[in-house]
Amino acid sequence: MMIALLRRLGQTVFVLFGISALVFLVFFATPGADPTARIAGRNASPQTMEKVRQEYGFDRPLPVQYATMMKKLFITQDLASYVDRGELVVPEIARAAPVTVSLVCGAAVIWVVLSIAMGTLAAALKGTWTDRSLMMLGLVGISMPVFWLGQVANLITQSRYHDTWLFSWVPGLGYVPLTENPWGWFKALVIPWIVLAVMFIGIYSRVLRADLVALSGEDFMRTARAKGLSPTRILLRHGLRTSMITFVSLFGLDFAQLVGGGALLTEVVFGLPGVGRLTYQALTNLDLPLIMATVMYSAVFVVLANAVVDVLYLFLDPRVRDAR
Amino acid sequence: MTRRSDTAITPDASASASASASASARPLLDVRDVRKTYHLPRGQTLKAVDGISLSVMPGEVLGLVGESGCGKSTLGRCLLRLTDVSSGEILFEGQDITALKERALRPLRQQMQMVFQDSYASLNPRRRIGDLLAEPLRVHPDPDGRKRSRATITARLHELMDLVSLPVSALERYAHEFSGGQRQRINIARALALSPRLVVADEPVSALDVSVQAQIVNLFADLQARLGLTYVFIAHDLAVVRQISTSVAVMYLGAVVELGETDAVLHSPAHPYSAALTAAVPRPVVGAARAAPLGGDIPSPVARPAGCRFHTRCPFVQDRCRVEEPALHVIEPGHSVACHFPLAEG
Amino acid sequence: MPAETIPMLPAPLLEVRDLCVSFPSRGRMIPIVEHVSFTLGERDILGLVGESGSGKSVTAMALMGLIDSPGVQITGSALFRGQELVGLAQKQLLRLRGSEIAMIFQDPMTAFTPVYTIGWQIDEQIRAHERLSRKQARARTVELLADMGVPDPARTADRYPHQLSGGLRQRAMIAMALSCNPSLLIADEPTTALDVTVQAQILDLIRSLRSTYGSSVLLITHDMGVVAETCDTTLVLYSGRVAETGPTDALFAHPGHPYTAALLASIPPLDGPRPHRLPAIAGAPPAPLERPAGCAFAPRCSYAHETCRDAPPPLVPLVPAGQAGQAGQAGQNTGAQSAANIQQQSAQFAACVLPAEGTLLLPRLLEADTAMSSPGGIILGLSDQGIQPMLSSAGEPPL
Repeated sequence: MMIALLRRLGQTVFVLFGISALVFLVFFATPGADPTARIAGRNASPQTMEKVRQEYGFDRPLPVQYATMMKKLFITQDLASYVDRGELVVPEIARAAPVTVSLVCGAAVIWVVLSIAMGTLAAALKGTWTDRSLMMLGLVGISMPVFWLGQVANLITQSRYHDTWLFSWVPGLGYVPLTENPWGWFKALVIPWIVLAVMFIGIYSRVLRADLVALSGEDFMRTARAKGLSPTRILLRHGLRTSMITFVSLFGLDFAQLVGGGALLTEVVFGLPGVGRLTYQALTNLDLPLIMATVMYSAVFVVLANAVVDVLYLFLDPRVRDAR
Repeated sequence: MTRRSDTAITPDASASASASASASARPLLDVRDVRKTYHLPRGQTLKAVDGISLSVMPGEVLGLVGESGCGKSTLGRCLLRLTDVSSGEILFEGQDITALKERALRPLRQQMQMVFQDSYASLNPRRRIGDLLAEPLRVHPDPDGRKRSRATITARLHELMDLVSLPVSALERYAHEFSGGQRQRINIARALALSPRLVVADEPVSALDVSVQAQIVNLFADLQARLGLTYVFIAHDLAVVRQISTSVAVMYLGAVVELGETDAVLHSPAHPYSAALTAAVPRPVVGAARAAPLGGDIPSPVARPAGCRFHTRCPFVQDRCRVEEPALHVIEPGHSVACHFPLAEG
Repeated sequence: MPAETIPMLPAPLLEVRDLCVSFPSRGRMIPIVEHVSFTLGERDILGLVGESGSGKSVTAMALMGLIDSPGVQITGSALFRGQELVGLAQKQLLRLRGSEIAMIFQDPMTAFTPVYTIGWQIDEQIRAHERLSRKQARARTVELLADMGVPDPARTADRYPHQLSGGLRQRAMIAMALSCNPSLLIADEPTTALDVTVQAQILDLIRSLRSTYGSSVLLITHDMGVVAETCDTTLVLYSGRVAETGPTDALFAHPGHPYTAALLASIPPLDGPRPHRLPAIAGAPPAPLERPAGCAFAPRCSYAHETCRDAPPPLVPLVPAGQAGQAGQAGQNTGAQSAANIQQQSAQFAACVLPAEGTLLLPRLLEADTAMSSPGGIILGLSDQGIQPMLSSAGEPPL
């Protein structure tokens, strides 16, 4: 077990190294483009250029440049963005991350609970109108683009019906830190949560239903019926429990990419200063240090989430436990 | 390295089986100490084939029998180089094919063909049977090295359908339109398209119903007699193997434990495992005498017992068996066994 | 066998009459099982044999109420201890399943839920039917596993299905089936996925159940060898219909239906001289959609009469020597009902015109003939074309 964990850790480090090297090469070592000018910003004075070149070691070999970059990113954490008047990049991400994590975690709770409920109910009532309408609802959820849904939600709750009793509690766009005001945090995020979750509810409930229906033809489900168990128990304890293996692997990846910045559209629509929005700004300004940092942050999350999914697998599937 | 003559079926054993066997009696297939090892995670090794030596004379039918995990299918694939061996030599008509590159192997591939268990999976469902059968004829040149003409191919296809007793109209159809038995006929026709000398059949009848199985076993026997084919017939069903084979190799956990003429091995088995295996087959006769079944399970091939590989289940196990691995040795002409204490005749 | 020695037994454990199962397909009802009738006594082992598509598994699934595909039609009657199983309410079925009637399946690998331990799954069945604490249930589980010959049962109970060998898994499966002391065990190809040496162990175990657990067994298999070794009574199914039924020893000694005879003949022998060619049956069983109106075996049968092609021949008794005349009369009465009345005289029935004509097939010629000398003897009224044409090994018919 210990060896397995260590090996896993080694793999994680290796993957992170690979991603960082790739991103570094793409943005800093592209032939014909001088990263110094990029970092220094438009119309930078020769002094600034020289300072940047010194600081990042752009006059030295590529491996040294890479090492310098990594040192500034992870150890000294003084990577600065000149486009943004010398703002330090790492603290900037540290400020944005809680916003994104709050948004995604809340949405995840909603989509996991609702999709399991909908998928299981639909599978249990396979072929009935309830099944059909739930799945139709799921399809509608998948088809609505999140930015459109967000705008509609804003239109309704912020302006059109804001003054009715129904939506008068909705605060203005923006983020309230959990540590400052938990209730305010909740009120500010509840609508973004729902908007972000809608598409995933659709996908997950449909996937889960399909999986449960496929499982119902399995030999072990037949055995469970032959044992005289109640249909509910068969569906939940034997079917759903086995389906969770697929569910978790899907969830791990989606969750990670959202935390890593994939919730960009929701963040923009609701004015939440999260990592997605930060990445977006970095890309529009071609702010190389910030791009480097956000991509690394995202990679760390995806790789970590993968590791977590693998560990969850160990708990969910005894066959995997023995295979390693 | 001097080859252990004991592992070969003696020429006179197979001469009776085939009139076409040449007097020089060079084996068609000669397997020398072949091993196939798979490396598993956690540093474990699986010795699927663990030092097998045997030879097959032209016109002979060698039955490979054994239970799951004994390595009979892996050996079958190794024989045709569908799987590379880890060590050892495989000689086809005296030529070592173990290390041949794919290109050099290609002309030899025409000489050796395989028939698989799953008659459906081995046929592309989207192509007409005629196309499937014609493909090897189009790809491989004829014995004179020329490309076959369309007319030659058509003639050959009709010939093949006749060989396996299917109507010519079958060529226009698709795999799903046939029953399991008919599909297996098609697979046999495909294997025979290039007039091979050796056919390795891996459980070719075990997916079929009994009444259909008999037809296919008969077909194999007819074709062998008619075309002078040589078979390596892999099956877990001893009765089927007995029906078709001239000699039998009984495998257990990657090794041959007994080898000899069919009747010698199945009627007076010298290895306790062969004896137990034959005894365990339920006979369709009420009140047939039955020996007590073998206890225990087949050990995992990954954790093969030390000493004799069968000692954990052997009813006659002695101390020597637990430490010393018995070598395959001759007990009578054409009959060898890997046991320290072979069972007496009868 | 109870049915023979005590003819007036109050009620057999299971009495199936005229069971039919049809599945809808493209607006039509496809009959998969047609008019299957049989009786299973207490502590009896009944073998249901047939090739793939003969409807043997569907019959078992119908008895268990496990067929729930939409539109399926199940008719006839299946009395289990006097209780009608066909059309029984789901709630009552739940109570019967697993406690009174248990089932084991072909592939013990896929028949267990992969994510729970063997012990957990057996406990679950016990606790579904009896008010027991976790601890008590586990104690019984361990005891059952030990009874089934599982080494180190307490630790095995804590292992997952994939960690056990095929033989052990099947033993655990049988332990689970027996956990609530069912009076009927339905075993659907229980040894087909196992190696032959392990199969022998499991068959021994199944045979011993009637004395240790008092269970009756309905054994479904395609292997005539397994039937001969295990079952008291045999029912041969062909294309969804009963071809022949009778005490196993009689049926194997003197098969009354040409299909049974041909099927037995086509099995390659392991003992005695090797036949030059196997007497194969030409052709293949018909698909349910293409099942002929008459005897389903007629197209492959060398004895087929014109009358065989019109309607399925009824089950008629095969009668011991000296009573051939009565056999003909019984044939005219027709029907399984009347056949059941004559059960005391003869227990072997064949759905064929030959016994009614007084024509009986040759008894099987076997090397191990000592076991075959059955009492009573049966007339061998065989025409001169004999068994030879039927056993000819022609290829499959043109497409």
